[in-house]
Amino acid sequence: MNDGDRPNPDALLAAIQSEAAQGRRGKLKVFLGMSPGVGKTYAMLEAAQRELKAGRDIVIGYVETHGRKETNALTAGLPMVPRKSLEHRGIALTEMDLDALLARRSQLALVDELAHTNAPGSRHPKRWHDVQELLDAGIDVFTTVNVQHLESRADVVRQITGAEIRETVPDSVLDSAEIELVDLPPAELLQRLEEGKVYLPDRAAAAAANFFRESNLTALRELALRLVADHVGEDTQEFHRTQTTEGPWKTGHRLLVAVSASPLSEPLIRWTRHMADGLKCPWLAVHVENSRPLDESAQSRLEKNLALARTLGAEVIATADEDLVHGLLRIAHQHNVSQIIVGKPSAANWLEWLRAGKLLRRLTRESGNIDLHVVRAEKTEAAPAKPRWRWPVQSHWQQYIATIGVLATVGLLNALLNQFTGPRVPGLVFLLAVVLLALFVGRGPVFLAGALSAMAWNFFFLPPRFTFVIANVEDAILFGLYFVVAIVLGQLVARIRAQELAERHREERATALYQLSRELAQAGTRDEVTWQLMAEVTRVFHSTVAVILPTGQNFSVHPDSSLTLTEKELNVAEWAFHHRQAAGRFTDNLPGAEALHLPLTTERAVLGVLSVKLPEKTFTLAQRDLLEAYARQAALVLDRVALRAAAEQSKLVAESERLSNSLLDSISHELRTPLAAITSAAATLADANGAPDELRRAMVKEIQEAAARSNRLIGNLLDVTRLESGHVRAKLDWCDVGDLIQTTLRFVERELSGHEIKVGMSEKLPLARLDFTLMQQALSNLLLNAAIHTPPHTAISIQARQENGFLELSVADSGPGLPPELLPRVFDKFSRAPNSPAGGSGLGLAIVKGFIEAQGGRISAANRVSGGAIFTIRVPQTEKQPVTESQL
Amino acid sequence: MSEKSDKLFSAALVIDDEPQIRRLLRVTLEANGYRVFDAVTGQDGIVQAAQCRPDVILLDLGLPDLDGVAVLKRLREWTRVPVIILSVRDRERDKIAALDAGADDYVTKPFSPGELLARVRAALRHAQPQGVDAFFSNGDVEVDLSARVVRKARQEVKLTATEYSLLRLFVQHVGKVLTHRQILREVWGENYVEQSHYLRVYMAKLREKLETDPARPALFLTEPGVGYRLIEIN
Repeated sequence: MNDGDRPNPDALLAAIQSEAAQGRRGKLKVFLGMSPGVGKTYAMLEAAQRELKAGRDIVIGYVETHGRKETNALTAGLPMVPRKSLEHRGIALTEMDLDALLARRSQLALVDELAHTNAPGSRHPKRWHDVQELLDAGIDVFTTVNVQHLESRADVVRQITGAEIRETVPDSVLDSAEIELVDLPPAELLQRLEEGKVYLPDRAAAAAANFFRESNLTALRELALRLVADHVGEDTQEFHRTQTTEGPWKTGHRLLVAVSASPLSEPLIRWTRHMADGLKCPWLAVHVENSRPLDESAQSRLEKNLALARTLGAEVIATADEDLVHGLLRIAHQHNVSQIIVGKPSAANWLEWLRAGKLLRRLTRESGNIDLHVVRAEKTEAAPAKPRWRWPVQSHWQQYIATIGVLATVGLLNALLNQFTGPRVPGLVFLLAVVLLALFVGRGPVFLAGALSAMAWNFFFLPPRFTFVIANVEDAILFGLYFVVAIVLGQLVARIRAQELAERHREERATALYQLSRELAQAGTRDEVTWQLMAEVTRVFHSTVAVILPTGQNFSVHPDSSLTLTEKELNVAEWAFHHRQAAGRFTDNLPGAEALHLPLTTERAVLGVLSVKLPEKTFTLAQRDLLEAYARQAALVLDRVALRAAAEQSKLVAESERLSNSLLDSISHELRTPLAAITSAAATLADANGAPDELRRAMVKEIQEAAARSNRLIGNLLDVTRLESGHVRAKLDWCDVGDLIQTTLRFVERELSGHEIKVGMSEKLPLARLDFTLMQQALSNLLLNAAIHTPPHTAISIQARQENGFLELSVADSGPGLPPELLPRVFDKFSRAPNSPAGGSGLGLAIVKGFIEAQGGRISAANRVSGGAIFTIRVPQTEKQPVTESQL
Repeated sequence: MSEKSDKLFSAALVIDDEPQIRRLLRVTLEANGYRVFDAVTGQDGIVQAAQCRPDVILLDLGLPDLDGVAVLKRLREWTRVPVIILSVRDRERDKIAALDAGADDYVTKPFSPGELLARVRAALRHAQPQGVDAFFSNGDVEVDLSARVVRKARQEVKLTATEYSLLRLFVQHVGKVLTHRQILREVWGENYVEQSHYLRVYMAKLREKLETDPARPALFLTEPGVGYRLIEIN
């Protein structure tokens, strides 16, 4: 087969790489509102203030406060990049200064009004382009947008409000964004509007009156809510790509199902519920009452139907209207319904069919932009498709007998009629019987009916009677015509019926497929998908089935498979997999096999093979279609599952790669630096014949320090390894906190010699439950950390106190403090302050955290108001110190 | 205390598989007047210990054939010769295991030669039956075990019975690490080996009475996670 069909590893790689690339991109957070005035800017600034408190570096790129006091107050403490002035046709315009913002390289930029159109002469036509560039530069962005500005929603908003939307943002901008909905009930917004709290540009003021109507706002609010809900529900972009067969759904779907007292309403209600599930949209069940009273049983059926709709989650509405179509459409318009579902008129009742047909035509004509679904309703829900579709109910010979019976009856009737009429009337009555028969029986019996009735007419009614002889030319022609007409008419009716039957089969097939996709949609893992596929195939085809999935280089048969595959069958399955073609029985490839093997393929990959052993000798085209559709559907879902797993895996890989890279960098640097010092100092000593003692001592000191540093690093690495392998278990014991602090100080005496150490603890601190060694090492690391990062001769203080069931130990220094952006991840491995002095490995604080947490404690870092950093350890003390025997 | 018995005639056996460590120890010890034997494996070490009758053994825990603690146990079956553990393992568990198995001291690599020699001297002193002095002094603290008198800055210090027996234990093993369990067993008895808070409380009392600055102990040093050590004459 050609190579282009093979699964393409590059595609997967590309998917993974794009995922990895996203990691370096800035993150976008969108504050979404239903309309102007809900407080998006305010919410964005509030969030920015929170981020500011967390120590992030934030600048305002462009924020429009419209001079509102509360909003202005929130910009406090946020540096602003001055706007750029542009002149366009003599008008001075100010715009966000993108270049300045990029040069500023803050962690987070605030950019109001994503949909804004930039002044002519700006770099990009739209502000969202600017935002994209900021994100590409790795800067996080907070922005605001109204739901009407989203491209996919603009249309709907236009329909709802009648307002023209000029500025739109493509939905893809929001794809990887976090969306925060800024919600405000319409009534409150209207009140704010009345109080003049909503800023509106002059030219919009006129339109505003029309726009800010409660009904409009309710619809917009729903649109915004739905957008957020959709967004939350989305998996990944790849997910959508693999689901292309379904396509994206239109916004703001709302279904309406017409419910009557008919028993056929029940399946209709269920159908609508399924569809609403699929569209993830709300639905209404509407009954239009008229003045014609219902009898008791009809009334109870109606109530049952409405109750069912209610249980299935519909909003049930009963309305009174003499005109059914008018009533339905009234409700539909009132509730912004996008699709109406009605039952297909049943062919069993001619009168009903005619009436319903008329209603349908009117509904079609008058529903305007509302979609209409005409659904065939059957009493039983989604009857399992039969393995092979036969003529319903009767077998052939029964039909023949029935045909003869009917003809005999009609013949007797004709005999009676004949007493009052000429010989031609019986002929027409026969003709009618043939046509009616064609509605119920197959082609063979119709043919027989045509022939028999022609004979009977000739024999019994055409003169000379009781002979097959036809006396005059006229009768002969009539007879001939009759024969042809009866047979042609019968065949035509039969063909129409066959078509109708085929139609029904198609529907059954669609239902079956729909069922499968519904089941599959709920499956989250490869196993679940496989299991569902096999269950459905078994149910519909009454076959034994197996699914073969590739595992690395090999193939494995799914353990739940009901079909056991021989070596030979497996080979056929593998062939199907590699050639992406169906193989085995009923195919042109290796037809000698017992089972049919269908590859589970998508455009992107082959996911496995579905092997089916059918009980029948034949395999219709329809069956094959269905089976292939199953395979395709399952393949799509399997692909989605695989992609999702790959995406997760690639995230993990990227993360662990980053870690191991920084580990390698850090370790090779940290180990080699002291080794270099030792090597060069030793070399100096070796050549130092007659060198002054001072030099020798200096070299020896270098060697000692380098050795101590290596030793510390190795200790840290061992500690980290122990922590990560989960081997650090605290052995809590009664400890004298004073002794702990003094012992710690004794061990780091040399390193702390350049600093002033202050110990503050209450006189009578009770014994504390701690792991002495872990705590001593944690304190040592904190002290060493303080010593490294603060200038010499500054003070380092250790405080200890016990209160409210906690032992609190703190180490505070008087240095420059922690950089705010480092605060949130100061305890992460390898997170080091920029420009921090050499000598740290970036592991010390991670170890401290690990050791403290092993003892059930917590550690926090902060900057002191008076300057310097402070680390506070809190270890819960629940046990009371046991009483020791009193002094003897 | 005779300098001769410590230095000139003492023999040290080094059991370590690292040639560099063996070389370094040999140089250091010989420079300080010890005769030095060495062994590369645990088995060889045990044989050498029997043949050479060393006065002190320096034993590495990570040996190619036997675990150091196993060697120590085999040695302890027939000799009381002081054994100092040399190891890169710095986990308290390992230290306690070795000390409880009969090691006299524990030095973690990397170590300074001065520190090691001090430990060797202390160990040698204990090994001599008469080596345990009834009299101990360090700075302004004097302890006379024979007279049961404890003085600090010439003033007699009153100790409770438990405090005294704790102090006596330290004096008898001056310079040596005593593990928590060893102390608890000796002073309070076998049933008290888990009652570490007794030890904490009494150590605090002892320090309060004898240390010049109880907040910065200079006599009774804490060996984190392992035990305590009384510092020798300075």
